[in-house]
Parts: sequence; structure tokens; C-alpha cells
Amino acid sequence: MFLTLRELAFARGRFALMGAVVALIAVLMVLLSGLSVGLVNDGVSGLQKLPVTSLAFERGVPTDSAFSRSVVDSAAVARWAERDGVTDAAPLGNTLVNAKSDRGTEIDLALFGVQPGSFVDPDPAQGARLGSAPHEIVVSATAIDAGLRLGDTVTLDRIGTELTVVGVLDGQHTFGHVDVGYVPLRTWQEIRAGAGPGDPVPAHAYDEITAVALRTAPGTDLAAGDEAAGTASMTLEESFGASPGYTAETATLGMIQVFLYAISALVVGAFFTVLVIQRKPEIAVLRAMGAATGYVLRDSLLQSAVLLVVSTVVGVAAGVAAGAGLSATPMPFALDLGAVGVAALLLVALGMVGAAVAVLRVTRVDPLTALGGNR
Amino acid sequence: MTTGLLLERVTLRHGDGEDETVALDDVSLHVEPGEIVAVVGPSGAGKSSLLAVAGGLTVPDAGRVVVDGVDLAGPERVRARIRRTRIGYVFQSNNLLPALTAVDQVRLPLTFGRIENPRDPVELLAEVGMEHKSGRRPHQLSGGERQRVGVARALVTRPGVLLVDEPTSALDRRRSHEVLALLAQETHEHHMATVVVTHDHDVLRHCDRVFEMIDGRLTEERPAMA
Repeated sequence: MFLTLRELAFARGRFALMGAVVALIAVLMVLLSGLSVGLVNDGVSGLQKLPVTSLAFERGVPTDSAFSRSVVDSAAVARWAERDGVTDAAPLGNTLVNAKSDRGTEIDLALFGVQPGSFVDPDPAQGARLGSAPHEIVVSATAIDAGLRLGDTVTLDRIGTELTVVGVLDGQHTFGHVDVGYVPLRTWQEIRAGAGPGDPVPAHAYDEITAVALRTAPGTDLAAGDEAAGTASMTLEESFGASPGYTAETATLGMIQVFLYAISALVVGAFFTVLVIQRKPEIAVLRAMGAATGYVLRDSLLQSAVLLVVSTVVGVAAGVAAGAGLSATPMPFALDLGAVGVAALLLVALGMVGAAVAVLRVTRVDPLTALGGNR
Repeated sequence: MTTGLLLERVTLRHGDGEDETVALDDVSLHVEPGEIVAVVGPSGAGKSSLLAVAGGLTVPDAGRVVVDGVDLAGPERVRARIRRTRIGYVFQSNNLLPALTAVDQVRLPLTFGRIENPRDPVELLAEVGMEHKSGRRPHQLSGGERQRVGVARALVTRPGVLLVDEPTSALDRRRSHEVLALLAQETHEHHMATVVVTHDHDVLRHCDRVFEMIDGRLTEERPAMA
């Protein structure tokens, strides 16, 4: 510590430059983390807030497009409901639509069709729950941010179905980057069949749902339930992958983050490699005077640790401040302190790995070089 | 027990086969505590090799080195401990650490590990006439001042053996004499065995004995000039 602190203070310009680069990486890391969480929220927050443990889709439907392609016979709900360990089973419909409010607000909606009174029928923070009236909709608070108001009438494009906003949910409920709106299952089935007001509705439309929403006790045999109901169930977390673009987005951002960590380790390693090369004469003098290899290693690693921790803290603080600004924009950005904390720890840890590889060079510095010329 | 510094029939070779050179050729030297000896000779004669072997920085191919009663044969870890506790090094100028003030340069060896009965860095700095510049860093000191700080740094652990490498190479005549006088005084007062490697024949009068090294052999011994 004696030498570490004095060298940091003496070469503060050089260390500040190195620290600034690490801090900028930390800022980028916080922004990426926020973007990542924001995109996840935008993609699946509507699913995350469903009070379900699993969803049973049509058997054989592709996993990554289950929500858009799955068609399950509504009789499967009853078969699931009678299974051991299944606490609740209810029909769930899912369709993406374009709409316009009576005040001119154009909005895309992910319509979730639910049986009013079932366990997936949401309890809104404002207004009323879905009732007996067929053309009601309960929307996410983010739809209010987008311009809808309680009491507005929303008209769906093409088919002209009108829905009245009767309730507003608390917080963000989105699916595939689109605001969620809950409608009565029967209304959803008509919309899905493309039947507008006065249009005939095919009889089979009222037998079709997207999935069976399930709430099960731990250890429930889902495979046996699938066998009995003719479905293919996924846990709620697995179903996120069936949300549009979710897997591609999270994989892309995950890869960017992995590259960022690798770059940070390389950058820190490169800095300390140059530093050790520059300090070789000093290190030779230290070792000639009897400083143990461990002393020199400790000194160099402590420098790396101080540099990484201080600059990461500064970078994270700057990133959080910048992120607070971004949260107020339409950009899908949400700061999760846990995710930021893990990312910061990873940055420090991988930076230390890079520094450790670099400072191992000190063990190869020959103390003999302290004596200088060849006489 | 042999006190001071003893080199007994030491041979050190560099390279292999046809490229092999003999840096030290059957060298024997005993420096008593309280004695300061000079080793002079042309470049490439083996003076640095002598210091390297005497200070445990290199293990000789043959012969033995005893520092203050301790044989230097052993792994680097053990030799590093002996260097830390029993040997003081005064390097050529510019071997001070740029980040440290004069007083911190002197404190530095005490941070390497436990040292029995060290000297007080502040008092030592005063003893070498540098108390008024204790807060200065190397780039704020003259060549002579840097060398004085280097001497204080080498003495702070109370070494039994002091090895000095070209102490006057960057100094003018007056400062060269000051530094050698300081080394001689410290050697006599603190009973160290001191070896000074130098090109500077002008400072030999401060030494008790003078050796000449040519082609790796301590071939000539002559009394120091008065």
C-alpha cells in the first residue's frame, strides 16, 4: 500500500487517463444493461405480470412463434383444470392489432383475451375490471403515456371493432414492444376471426384460444397434463422466448455485453502491460533491494484494483445519471440496480484478470538489470 | 563465523560453447567489517558481475559467497531475504523511484518486510545532509543529492555489507569526494563491509584498499592513495 498510493498520486495524470477509459466502459456497460432490461420489459413485461406459472400452447407449434401461431381448443382448459397440482386453469388469447382512439391517438396493442373473473383477469389501478359488456378494454399505464385516456373509445383498424377503455393497469404491461390491452375472451375471439361489428362469426372461433394459462403447485407433472390435453406447455420464463423478437434481442445485447467485458479486460491488461514495461527499471531496483516477488505483485495488483474500483464507481454513477435521463424518453430503457451491480462486479473482476496477466511480467524482471551497464 | 563479505574462489561464466565468456575467474576477496574497498577496472572487466555475485543477484558457477556469516547459496526467495536484511545497495544515479519523496525513498526498504532495529529514516536523511529536502522527489534534486538519498536508503536497514555501484559517475569532482567521504564515514562508524565499484581513480583515497579487475580476475591489489 505504501508504494501503491504514492505511485497513484504521483502519476495521477496517467492513471486518470486509464481510469477515464475504464469509466467510459462502465458508462457504456450501464447503458447497455439499462437497454437490455428495458428491451426485456418492453418485450415481455406483460407476460411477467401474468399470475401464471406455465402456459400450454398447441402441440407441435414452433417455440419461437408460439404466441402468434398457437391455436388450442378451449376444451383443453377443462382437461388441465382437473389435473392434480393445477390450482387454476383459464383460457388466454393473444393478438397484435393496430388501433386509433376517438381523440386521434394511433396505437398498437397486444390484445390479451381473458375470461372476466378468471385468475388472469387483471385488477386495474384505475377504473373498473372487465365486466359483462363485450367491448371493454383494460390497458397498460404505458398506453396512457402514449395518449389514451380512461373512457376513450379505441377503434381497431380494418375490422372497425370499438373498445371502450374502462380500466388502467399499474406500471408497464407490454408484449413484443406493444402496450397490452385486456379484452373479454369472446371479444378477442371475434377480433381474431376478423369479424367486425355485424359481421358473421364462424362458430369454431369461439372454441379457439392461444394457450391455457396455468397456475400449478411445485412439482406438478406438466408432461402428463400435456398428454391429457393435447398441448405443449412451457414455464412462464420459457414462454418469453415465444415473444416476438425476444430471443434475438436478448442474444444480441448479451453478445455485445460479453464483447464489452472482453474488451475491458483487454484494455486494462494492455494498460498494465505498458505500465509494467515502463516500470521495469524501478521493479528491478525493488527486487535488487530485496523486495519479494509477492510484494511487487501486490503493489501492481493493488494499483489495478484501486484504479478499477474507483473508475467503475465513477462510470456507474455517470451511467446511472445518464440512464435517468434516457428513462424519460421513448427509448426502452430501465435501470435494474441488481443487474448494474452484477455488471460492475464483472467489469472489476475481468479487469483484474487482465491486469493480473499483465503484472505477472514483474516476476520475469531480472533484479540484475538494476546494476545497469556491462562492466 | 566469517563476518563482513567473503568471496571464495568464485567463477562466473556467461553464454555457452564458443560464446562462453568468463565474467569472474577464480575471484577471492574478503572485506572486513568497517573496511571500505574499491574495485577499479575498464568496462567489461567484470566489476558489475562482482557486485551481482556479492549481492546475491547472481549465483556463481563455482566458489561461495558469504555475507555477514550467511552463505548466499540458496533459492532466490532466500537470497532476496538476505538482500533485504543484510545487504545495502547504492546504485548509479537515477535509480531512485520517481514517485517517492526523499524521506519515502529511505522508508521504502522498511516496507519490504520486518527489519530488526532499523535506523530512523528522518534522522538518517539528516545524517547525509538532506533533511531540508526530505519532501522533494528525485527530479527536484541534483545528482549529488540523489546519490546522498540513495546512500541513506541503502543504510536504513543497518546492512552488514554495502555494495556501491559507480557512485560518482554523474557527479562533479567536489560532490564525488563528498559522497565517498560519506560512504567511508558510514562504513567506519557502522562497521559495514563496503565494496565500491568505480571508474573514478580520483576518489580512491577514501578507500582502505583498492583492487583492480581485468578480464574477470582481481589481478592487482595496491594500497589506497593517501
